[in-house]
Amino acid sequence: MTVLSLGIVRGLAAQIVGTALGMGLVVLVRVLMGLHAWEAEPATVVGAMLGTIFFMIGVGSMNDWFRWARGEATPIHHGPPEGRPSWTRYFGVDYSHKVIGIQYGVTAILLLLTGGALASIFRVELAEAGRQFLDPAVFNTMIGMHGWGMIISILLGIAAFANYLIPLLIGASDMAFPRLNSWAFWLNVPAALVFLTSMFVGGWDTGWTAYPPLSARAPLGMQLYFVAVFFFGISSIVGALNLIATILLLRAPGMSLFRMPIFAWGVLATSIIALTATQLIALSFIMVMMQRLLGMGFFDPAQGGNPILFQHLFWFYSHPAVYIFVLPGLGVISEILPVFCRKPLFGYKWVALSSIAIALAGFLVWAHHMFTSGMASFLRVPFMFSTLLVAVPTGVKFFSWVATIWGGKLTFPTPMLFVLGALSVFLIGGLSGPPNGIVTTDLFLHDTYWIVGHFHATMFGGFVFPFFAAMYYWFPKLTGRMYNERLGQLHFWLMTPAFWIQSLGQMRVGLLGMRRRIVDYDPALGIEGGQLAVTIAGLVIGLSVLIMLVNLVYSARRGRVAERNPWNSRSPEWQIPSPVPEVNYPDGLQVIGEPYDYGLPDSRYVNLQVAAAGE
Amino acid sequence: MKHFVIASVLVIVVTVLIILGLGSIDLVPNLASAEGEYVDLMFRAQLYVISFIFALIIVFILYSVVVFRRKPGDTSDGPHIRGNTTLEITWTVIPLIVVMGFGVWGALHLSEITAQEPNELVVEVTGFQFGWRFEYPDYGVNSSELYLPRDRKVLFRLTSTDVIHSFWIPEFRIKQDAVPGLWTELRVTPTQPGDYRVRCAELCGYAHSAMYAPVVVVEPDEFQAWLEGQEVGTPTPPEDLTPVERGAQLAEQQGCLSCHSIDGSTQVGPTWLGLYGSERPLEDGSTVVADEEYLRTAILDPGSQVVQGFPNIMPPAYTFLSDEELAALVAYLESLSD
Repeated sequence: MTVLSLGIVRGLAAQIVGTALGMGLVVLVRVLMGLHAWEAEPATVVGAMLGTIFFMIGVGSMNDWFRWARGEATPIHHGPPEGRPSWTRYFGVDYSHKVIGIQYGVTAILLLLTGGALASIFRVELAEAGRQFLDPAVFNTMIGMHGWGMIISILLGIAAFANYLIPLLIGASDMAFPRLNSWAFWLNVPAALVFLTSMFVGGWDTGWTAYPPLSARAPLGMQLYFVAVFFFGISSIVGALNLIATILLLRAPGMSLFRMPIFAWGVLATSIIALTATQLIALSFIMVMMQRLLGMGFFDPAQGGNPILFQHLFWFYSHPAVYIFVLPGLGVISEILPVFCRKPLFGYKWVALSSIAIALAGFLVWAHHMFTSGMASFLRVPFMFSTLLVAVPTGVKFFSWVATIWGGKLTFPTPMLFVLGALSVFLIGGLSGPPNGIVTTDLFLHDTYWIVGHFHATMFGGFVFPFFAAMYYWFPKLTGRMYNERLGQLHFWLMTPAFWIQSLGQMRVGLLGMRRRIVDYDPALGIEGGQLAVTIAGLVIGLSVLIMLVNLVYSARRGRVAERNPWNSRSPEWQIPSPVPEVNYPDGLQVIGEPYDYGLPDSRYVNLQVAAAGE
Repeated sequence: MKHFVIASVLVIVVTVLIILGLGSIDLVPNLASAEGEYVDLMFRAQLYVISFIFALIIVFILYSVVVFRRKPGDTSDGPHIRGNTTLEITWTVIPLIVVMGFGVWGALHLSEITAQEPNELVVEVTGFQFGWRFEYPDYGVNSSELYLPRDRKVLFRLTSTDVIHSFWIPEFRIKQDAVPGLWTELRVTPTQPGDYRVRCAELCGYAHSAMYAPVVVVEPDEFQAWLEGQEVGTPTPPEDLTPVERGAQLAEQQGCLSCHSIDGSTQVGPTWLGLYGSERPLEDGSTVVADEEYLRTAILDPGSQVVQGFPNIMPPAYTFLSDEELAALVAYLESLSD
């Protein structure tokens, strides 16, 4: 086995070659046009784009399509690559949804660590007034890198669980389009490299929102950021398409839509948004890119452009994106809660449809990010009403969860703790939302740390806590071993109080006048205690995440072997061996009951002996 | 039913405790505008509702965590309750009514705080990297400080010369973006005399965090006196000023002083104190003497000679300055080196 037999090594080599070729191409064209040969912006943009395409070819993600175009057969190979150790399949193109899920998950964690490290650094800078050690240009780049690094980490984390779990939960053998699935994953790798590179070519001092005209005059790193987001976006669209097709077409016999595990509803709702809204952020960024490269003054007032147009395009994706991030996490809460309450999910249909309602309402609220922007003043009122509507389906979820918990027989292993933590944190995030949705209070709160506290609470409650709950909950499924319960509890008891302090602290300093995205603050505001508390809490959260990683890595090798169904769940994935064999349900799967009928004697959700029973 | 009653009582107790707790700390800065009263009233009302819903959910969850634990050795499931349509409809409709009510209330408040008045004081605000300039068109006054009379509605007309900024004085509560190529509007009635600060609330680049401007709210007669004091200066035609005076005036009007100090302290850009005639180490390692030629180039094309230790962020936006104005600025700088 040579190093080059690993797809990722070939891909990286090809990306370097492609980048150089792209840059050379620009130089060549400029020389032929009689211009001076080197211009950094076009060379970098074309280099980054061609490099990414080359990576995709080099890694082998398009081999089957090339074969197909040549008229050759393209059978799907199951199992690890022949003649090579099985770990190598994680470093190259593999069509199994379980491999791709883990590939997504590991990449997501790497980006999570990157984003977290950046946050730890600038939180130390912000711990006290006065400039400590960060140059403002570096700080401004870091906050944007933190923001978008975390966004990608979340998108990939969702893709990880969706890929691994959706086929298992709905009784399918794999995703609808396995090749596209692998392609969508691998696109994130060169895109992430382009994204990280942006930090080292001048950075970009705009924050993740990249509003022009600031982004039109930001350093070169801005362009790499745009290129990276463009490719992340394509991956997200393609992944969503695949998930929708899988959920709609590959469900097991007997599994009507309202008999799906509830997580599938969250993923379905999220995928609808990702499939239809992501284009708008790509559009908005490409317009700025073209303004910089070709002088097309879309957002330049001097050329008849309008900076506010960008904000409409940008938020048309970036608000629904928030629901992309939280709906699968809320699905995880609904999925895990009944198992540890030993009660059916209260109001299944209401919970399922509230996800769809949130997704659809999410398309009508984007301009609530623009109440102070200078858009036509009267527009603020309809967007206030549409925004407040989102509170209603969110409330339905909360009340249904509480009703599920009420009167149950609760146990509290780590996944359940994180679900309860998620509820408490998402509650803070949710309740701090309406003040931003109502125009008058938003004119005060907009662009302050209140907003920072609000969206970190929604992201942690809607994604991070449920994501960690899911990690612990399905860890035995992935590895066949149990995580260390004591370390899991330690993780929870460090992270949850710390997060409360961080979030409430951010809101507190925001109300007192702390603005977003400032490297230094006015000590006259009287917020130094709050700032220090937020920093310490943030670092504790970081520490607790490291404890989780140690726990998971150690337990994957040394943990106690898990029984087949450690949580006594009704869900089909727990009725088969762990880790899941290459073929998910060799004997077929038939749905014969409701998914969450805990407490109903002699009821079952699925029958796994379809073939054996001769049906 | 017993559990439900106990939990409900606890919800009320916790709600009251949270509201009392929040009432005992200063949540927001001192209020200094009439419009801000609407904001604070609305925010307080929201906090009451938020406190109640927070208590409602948290108490029911924590109560369950304590009371509905599975007993050791018990392996049975909980009661088989799938849902309750009446309850679901109830907790859909009531929140709907509450949020829509807040929406109507918010819309009414919005129309109050955007309402026009006949005798508004117009102030044109220009944001730029990294400072603010204020013009009082009705009085022909131009200032880098924002002077405002108490109890008179001010119409701020905002724009920007470069990127988007946001005009915010926390004590006034409401904010508005300043967008290049556009005039946006904000109406505020200051109510409390005192010193405040404009704080840019939209990330605008390198020195965003330091983009302040002083605000002074005074009694109407003091404001009149201030205006007259300003007007005394302006009627003097530029040609009657000495070059140094003219340069000082330009430095003030063009906002140079928001990045360059004249007292030797280092702000965003190099200080002007003692700059003229000194040796300047440049980014590329070379050194130049800051003579008239150098300073003219530094104003017109700031990116061409960046001084070591400072970022290349000065906007190349001053090409409109006339030759006389440049000479005046240079003379002013020269006077700071005597």
